[in-house]
Amino acid sequence: MIETFTKKKLEIVLERPLLNRLLDLLDRLEVSGYTALPALAGRGHDGVWRREGMVGEAGQMIVVFCILDGDRIDAVLSEVRELITRQIGIVTVTDVEVVRRDHF
Amino acid sequence: MFDLIAANLTSPVFLFFALGLFAALARSDLTMPEAVAKAIALYLMMAIGFKGGAGVAAHGIDATLIGSIIVGGVLSFAIPFLAFFLLKATTRLPIIDAAAVAAHYGSISIVTFVAATQALTTLGVEPEGYIVAVAAVMETPAILSALWLASRYGGAKRDTESGLFREIALNGSIVMLTGSFFIGLISGEKGLDLIAPFIIAPFQGVLCLFLLDMGLVAGRGLRQGWRELKPGVIAFGLYMPMLSAVIAAAAVWPLALSAGGTALMITLAASASYIAVPAAMRLALPDARPAIYLTMSLGVTFPFNLSLGIPIYIALAEAIR
Repeated sequence: MIETFTKKKLEIVLERPLLNRLLDLLDRLEVSGYTALPALAGRGHDGVWRREGMVGEAGQMIVVFCILDGDRIDAVLSEVRELITRQIGIVTVTDVEVVRRDHF
Repeated sequence: MFDLIAANLTSPVFLFFALGLFAALARSDLTMPEAVAKAIALYLMMAIGFKGGAGVAAHGIDATLIGSIIVGGVLSFAIPFLAFFLLKATTRLPIIDAAAVAAHYGSISIVTFVAATQALTTLGVEPEGYIVAVAAVMETPAILSALWLASRYGGAKRDTESGLFREIALNGSIVMLTGSFFIGLISGEKGLDLIAPFIIAPFQGVLCLFLLDMGLVAGRGLRQGWRELKPGVIAFGLYMPMLSAVIAAAAVWPLALSAGGTALMITLAASASYIAVPAAMRLALPDARPAIYLTMSLGVTFPFNLSLGIPIYIALAEAIR
């Protein structure tokens, strides 16, 4: 049985125009790493959207996730919350198991 | 003018746009890959910017250029005020939405500009190359006006972050357009001759392909957002470009512009943004609803300008020159 370690996964679904600001914030907070992915389609309080056929960034959504140590999550979360509080988006925090503890 | 309208409505550029619009409204699975659409948009910016720069290199810089840039900037700054108060008087849009919509109508649509340039070329009318620089200048002032209006009348928090204006001013299409303009200006007619087979010969065909995609985008936008638009708001999307056109015609009249240059200045003032301003509004006025401003500029005003607007603006320019 491989040994694993419990960490926190912060996942943010956010409007594409906010991507640079979010990544700058994560850099400033010195999180050990993050990954950003394009979202293809969805439906929320503001209706249905599809990436296909969007002419600009407005209306596109992205997903950013990062793995954090449990004792850092509150500090990061409060800054992220302040950034996205008036924007369309979803923030979730989940427990995950990682194989390499010292990476995060 | 009816001849101009008939010629425009039967041009391949408009007919491909209409095909895209029809395909989207009929729920066809016709799509353009995102990367292809982006590459085509870059190509169009490069071609139009370079040709504009080479034109200025050939004819030189004069006082009309400076005057056109100043008039363009003032129009972009002033039109949102008129748009905002008209929306307040004639619709029930919340203040924040009205301010966001006003920003779109003060700023410009570069695709409408490209389509108008192509329409003039087809008619054998050559506009001044530097109107490209005016287009770049007209993108941003409207955003400042709208933020002030939202703050003054809607109590919106003003986003004074310098990052916002850097992001707007350095958006990809503006960098490509102005960058190509200066490359064209530096390399001149000689440079244009070198790359003419790439940027002149295929231009109209590529524009058709791009407008097919724009038709698809506009149709999808209309399909998703039309429920948000009340009759007063749709009417605004149709009369506001005409109003802006008349104001622009009066503002550029004292300038010594050609009929082609005048038509492009009027087109710029009458067009509404749907790329740079929506992204800026998501950052600066996140409470404004994209379904309103995007559907209005892309689903109502853009098709109007492509079909009837451009020939009307050309006729208006010819009437005052």
